[in-house]
Amino acid sequence: MTITRRDILKTLGITAVAGSVLRVIPLQAAEYAHRMVNAEKAANQSYAPKFFSVHAYKTLQSLCNSIIPPDAGAQGAVEAGAPEFIDLLTSENPDYQLALGGGLMWLDNLCIDRYEKTYLDCAPEQQKEILDLIAYRRNVGQDPSLQPGIEFFSFLRQFTADGFFTSEIGINYLGYIGNTYVQEFPGCPPVPEK
Amino acid sequence: MQVKRTATAYDVCIIGSGASGGTAAKVLAEGGLRVVMLEAGPPVIPARDYKEHMWPYESPHRGAGVGGRARHDVGNEFMAPNGAWEIDGEPYVSAPGSKFRWFRSRIVGGRTNHWGRIALRMAPVDFKVRSHDGMGDDWPLSYEDLAPYYDKVEAYIGVFGTRENIPSAPDGVFLPPPKPRCTELIVKKACDKLNILCIPSRLAILTKPHNGRAACHYCAQCGRGCITASNFSSSQVMIPPAEKTGRFTLITGAMARELIVGREGKVSAVSYIDKDTREERRIHASAFVVAASACESARLLLNSRSALFPDGLANSSGVVGRNLMDSVGSDAGGYFPQLERMPAHNHDGVGGMHMYLPWWKFDRKNEFLRGYHTEFGGGRDMPGVGDYDDVCDSLEGYGISLKQECKKKYGTYIGFSGRGEMIPNENCYCEIDPQVVDRWRIPVLRFHWKWGENEIKMARDMQETYRAIVEAGGGVFLPPADIDASHPYGISDGGLIIHEVGTVRMGERPATSALNQFCQAHDVKNLFVTDGACFVTNADKNPTLTIMALTWRASEYLLDEAKKGNLGA
Repeated sequence: MTITRRDILKTLGITAVAGSVLRVIPLQAAEYAHRMVNAEKAANQSYAPKFFSVHAYKTLQSLCNSIIPPDAGAQGAVEAGAPEFIDLLTSENPDYQLALGGGLMWLDNLCIDRYEKTYLDCAPEQQKEILDLIAYRRNVGQDPSLQPGIEFFSFLRQFTADGFFTSEIGINYLGYIGNTYVQEFPGCPPVPEK
Repeated sequence: MQVKRTATAYDVCIIGSGASGGTAAKVLAEGGLRVVMLEAGPPVIPARDYKEHMWPYESPHRGAGVGGRARHDVGNEFMAPNGAWEIDGEPYVSAPGSKFRWFRSRIVGGRTNHWGRIALRMAPVDFKVRSHDGMGDDWPLSYEDLAPYYDKVEAYIGVFGTRENIPSAPDGVFLPPPKPRCTELIVKKACDKLNILCIPSRLAILTKPHNGRAACHYCAQCGRGCITASNFSSSQVMIPPAEKTGRFTLITGAMARELIVGREGKVSAVSYIDKDTREERRIHASAFVVAASACESARLLLNSRSALFPDGLANSSGVVGRNLMDSVGSDAGGYFPQLERMPAHNHDGVGGMHMYLPWWKFDRKNEFLRGYHTEFGGGRDMPGVGDYDDVCDSLEGYGISLKQECKKKYGTYIGFSGRGEMIPNENCYCEIDPQVVDRWRIPVLRFHWKWGENEIKMARDMQETYRAIVEAGGGVFLPPADIDASHPYGISDGGLIIHEVGTVRMGERPATSALNQFCQAHDVKNLFVTDGACFVTNADKNPTLTIMALTWRASEYLLDEAKKGNLGA
């Protein structure tokens, strides 16, 4: 595992802005879009995807749920809003549209070839079989035709982690404490021996 | 396009509103002069523009920005409006074989809206390098000349730190430092084992209420802009006292194009583009302070050609654009398993490091000249987009094991960034590109860049040092991902550290320098260049504090000269 310059700069917090971009969206616009997404969810109960077809979006939800499922520790990526986040950014970015839209099609084609069913219609054990193929880079060695699926899944995994760990659910799960006013910085608590 | 001339008479026109321009505005307006300032960007309005305390999930983009744009660069959509590597319609060029990156801020306050607030004094030896090791040039002033101005700047803006008596890192006027974070205690312990200095950092952030500004409330979000102005920015700390005098006029959206030379070879006016109307306008003043940032200031002088100054204003020496320097940068990281056992706790602190490593090998002969300091940080920060890219890629798979591994790894990384002194060389400079103009039809800069051997040896030493520290601290060393033929030992691209200086350097001799020790042009007595352009060398200290001290000193000199009637167009 290597560490990228981006990681280092991120850990430095403030120094990180060495390379940040101006093209931030104005606060009001962000709040507006946020309210819009929430309002849509409340109105329709089911969210109307901005980019993905209904079928593709359901597949996306299923994959997000497999990547970060709910467990005893916390709810999962779907509850944390990862699919909506991914759909919004994809609707704005042609590269993501190609990577994710194309990837979902690739996945269904693989499932149809193997099981004569789309991914969503596959039985849970069939879905697991497929995921176990595309979730590991080493599988390319045995079957180079898996390459596009592995790239797709690797990107979706990062994107899903983004959606989960930037949600209230994900932040609480990690145990981040802060983003608040404190009078005096308390310093480091004692490190447990074991 | 029509030209509009203003009738208003100003004593001084300042071009640029960042660390230098803001300092000049405060000192000159408070000193009784009528000051006008041109800023190429819009005003900054904290209540509107700052996103302090916003959670990632309060934005539907979660910090990644529209289309995920911010995800692929450093920073996120919550940062203060601060500038960009590329600006639409305002290009710059890297010469073939060179790669230089230029970060520009077009906004009131410039890059001080987002800077790291790292406020380090240059050491006495840093002013006299040629006398010390024979390379580069000495400054035309000494540490003792500048020390009273470091005092004034620190006392005014507020800087925390501790008195340490380290020759490479002179002490200043300090507020108390914040307590160290867990990550900082681990690094401190490792450094102690290795006899490497690790001391409280020196940042322009208030740990006590100071000059009417509230103390820091430790949310770690300085980079987003601070609503309570508890850290330093020119827009919140320098411009307001200038405005309070009633003698200060700020013109935003004003892109300076050319300085116009009048009778007696002095600057009589600046010609600028009003970006809203696209009209060309002129401002007349008795004296001009150019503080547009090192390369932008050089560009303005080089674009100000006249019969009297055919090679650019104040450039009879030919040094304008030459002597371009950045800091030597090289990064690495470490994974520290002991941090997995830390209980959840508030790790935020100030927006930046609480401790740092000053240059510690000043007392011995090294394989390279000069030195570097090290910034470091990590731990249980507010989660953001991209944080788990590496965990996802290295663990692969999916499901509960992935989720749990991410939680386990949260807050266990520490990153190190070396910032070293570069020795100027003849391959590093900027000039006017003969073909390319920007959207305002102003000729743009072309950059030439090549690191020297000394810098590459320094980057190697950084990598070796960070490996030693990580291993002494019980961690696993993570080398940078971007080591390749053009980045030996992970050395940064030129300009990437955003410490570019030296392009209109000062010196005692008019034949080899453009400015005297008061930032006044040798050739043009009513012209001052006060930003990082005036630097002779680029010590391993972040330049901002020195820019402000030099500007304060130059401004007091300008006030004196104005009183004596020695300026005036």
